Amino acid sequence: MRGPVRDAALAAFVAAALALPMLGFRLVDSASGLTLAGRFDLVAWAAGLVFAGRLGLRLLGGLLPSLPALPAPPARLGDMRRHAGWALTAFALVLPFLPFADRNLVDKATLVLIYVMLGWGLNIVVGLAGLLDLGFVAFYAVGAYSYALLSQTFGLSFWVCLPLAGLFAALFGLVLGFPVLRLRGDYIAIVTMGLGEIIRVVLQNWQDVTGGPNGITGIERPSLFGLSFKATAPEGQRTFAEFFGLEFSGDHRVIFLYFLILALALATNLFTLRIRRLPVGRAWEALREDEIACRSLGINPTMVKLSAFALGAMFAGFAGSFFATRQGFISPESFTFHESAVILAIVVLGGMGSQIGIVLAALLLVGLPEWFRELQQFRMLAFGGAMVLIMLWKPAGLLSRRDPTIRLGDAG
Amino acid sequence: MEYFLQQMINGLTLGSIYGLIAIGYTMVYSILGMINFAHGTIYMLGAFISLIAYLAATTIGGAPVVVALMVALFATMAFTALWGWTMERVAYRPLRQAPRLAPLISAIGVSIVLQNFVAQAQGARVKPLPPVIQGGFTLMDGDGFSVNLSWMQIIVIVMTLALMAGFSWMIAHTRLGRAQRACEQDMKMASLLGIDIDRVVSTTFVIGAALAGVAGLMVTLYYGVIDFYIGFLAGIKAFTAAVLGGIGSLPGAMLGGLLIGLIEALWSAYFSIEYKDVATFGILIMVLVFRPTGLLGRPDVEKI
Repeated sequence: MRGPVRDAALAAFVAAALALPMLGFRLVDSASGLTLAGRFDLVAWAAGLVFAGRLGLRLLGGLLPSLPALPAPPARLGDMRRHAGWALTAFALVLPFLPFADRNLVDKATLVLIYVMLGWGLNIVVGLAGLLDLGFVAFYAVGAYSYALLSQTFGLSFWVCLPLAGLFAALFGLVLGFPVLRLRGDYIAIVTMGLGEIIRVVLQNWQDVTGGPNGITGIERPSLFGLSFKATAPEGQRTFAEFFGLEFSGDHRVIFLYFLILALALATNLFTLRIRRLPVGRAWEALREDEIACRSLGINPTMVKLSAFALGAMFAGFAGSFFATRQGFISPESFTFHESAVILAIVVLGGMGSQIGIVLAALLLVGLPEWFRELQQFRMLAFGGAMVLIMLWKPAGLLSRRDPTIRLGDAG
Repeated sequence: MEYFLQQMINGLTLGSIYGLIAIGYTMVYSILGMINFAHGTIYMLGAFISLIAYLAATTIGGAPVVVALMVALFATMAFTALWGWTMERVAYRPLRQAPRLAPLISAIGVSIVLQNFVAQAQGARVKPLPPVIQGGFTLMDGDGFSVNLSWMQIIVIVMTLALMAGFSWMIAHTRLGRAQRACEQDMKMASLLGIDIDRVVSTTFVIGAALAGVAGLMVTLYYGVIDFYIGFLAGIKAFTAAVLGGIGSLPGAMLGGLLIGLIEALWSAYFSIEYKDVATFGILIMVLVFRPTGLLGRPDVEKI
């Protein structure tokens, strides 16, 4: 008993010392400049909480030798996961028509799906090819701005711009990736982060084209085979509601956008699942495991990495143009490093390479905080805390078991 | 010419601050092979702690400015060191055997937590501090433009040099420094030879955080405005400095810091201030492409 108490007291002491300057004093603006106000009760609270928490953890840890282990993975986990995938897809398909699904929920689900798609795109780069990309948001931005600019300058529709946006993002990936990908592991991380920042700074300052910090407003909304979702159709067109003889409702567009991103995300998923079975997909995974072995087998690492980088960028570009069309407004604010970090966190927390893990992580990191929007101020605190805790709890990610893509014979 | 000299002085001052932060990155990276993403946040904490300590000493303690500055310096170093220690203990140590990306994500999480903690605890508004140390020299008086070297700039540069010298001496000549170099080369072997790895890593974090804290103090005094977000960009630039100088190399970190500071100052002065960050990162990319080990780094040998 003495050990845990002493340990907890020590932890509480450290907490008090940490909290003393930052919580114990508060900087207050006053007429005579900055002054200080004391609130030492908060320090006591912090120390008390840490004491109780630490003691509780230690005592619990003593009682239960280990946390209840997760149920042992069934032998046919691969099958189970495939069923789970189908079940999730089916659920996603009927979600907007369920009784409890209001506009708000569908909107949030759309947001989560954007991150799922971005996660699946980044998964090609990080999870499959093993390249740590901290600037993924750059391609997302390229996609969004490509659509916004093409649509506003040339009046092209969303459906024409979507592939173009993906193409531009992929091109960016190729051009930026070429010098970068000859570098060793962690340098790629810092350089991609730098590139992400460069693109953001350019977007922010190239006033004539990108509108600078004000961004681009009034971006064209998508239509379904020429049927628009507005209340009244422009000259020579019909609205969705008219065509199907429905009463006009703003919900139609929300639901349409939801299905649009669902289709895009599923396409990304399908692409990833299939390409893993192609030579290039196998080369990505081989490269991740051992670059030297790959080189001796005649794989050109730069080209293989570049293909992963460009394909990942392409999906980010698709997601970006969807983002632009959904918001109707984009500005550099939406493409900060923070976004890259969130997407990377989704991939890593999901267990790199696991498609369903990414869905879970996106629900956890994007969906859950959306729910607590009222607690705005503590939302980010909890978000960061969750990132740390999940990593401490499962360092390899939520669903880290990875089935080999190829087996010899019937083994397994 | 005068203008150029002035920009050099400004750049060197800024670069010293980057250099001090870069040391923390380079040391942690060379020992653990991990980008300590939250290091920039520690620098931000240092800026806040120094501001609070200084105000506490002057307004509550009624101390004269010099004493208050000393109090702020020691308080900042002590508290940021403690933050650094706690951070390593809580968020990184359990992940030392984990896959390579786990500590990185954990570090990003820590930096998000700390940033928002400070924003909540101290308010998100910019905190201004009226200049504490004023005055300086006029070095040169050209036609209508004079080159000034302020006391504050002298203090920043001298203090950085002193800390660097002390620190390099420590790495080269003390038991702890030897242990650090051993861990850098081969952690497993070092632990077989009886070096307490955990202690070495902890001290590395403590020292790095204290140095970043000093950088935070200097920024508070030099610029006089801080907010909870300053850690992010400064952190990236300091890491850039560490990579530019060659990661793992102390003189490299300093050199990289100074170069980044100079590039930033000169670019803002002669080209456009909006694109100064683009210049910094552009140069980083060039260096990495043509000389991946950085300016003073050792090329690493690939072993199979």
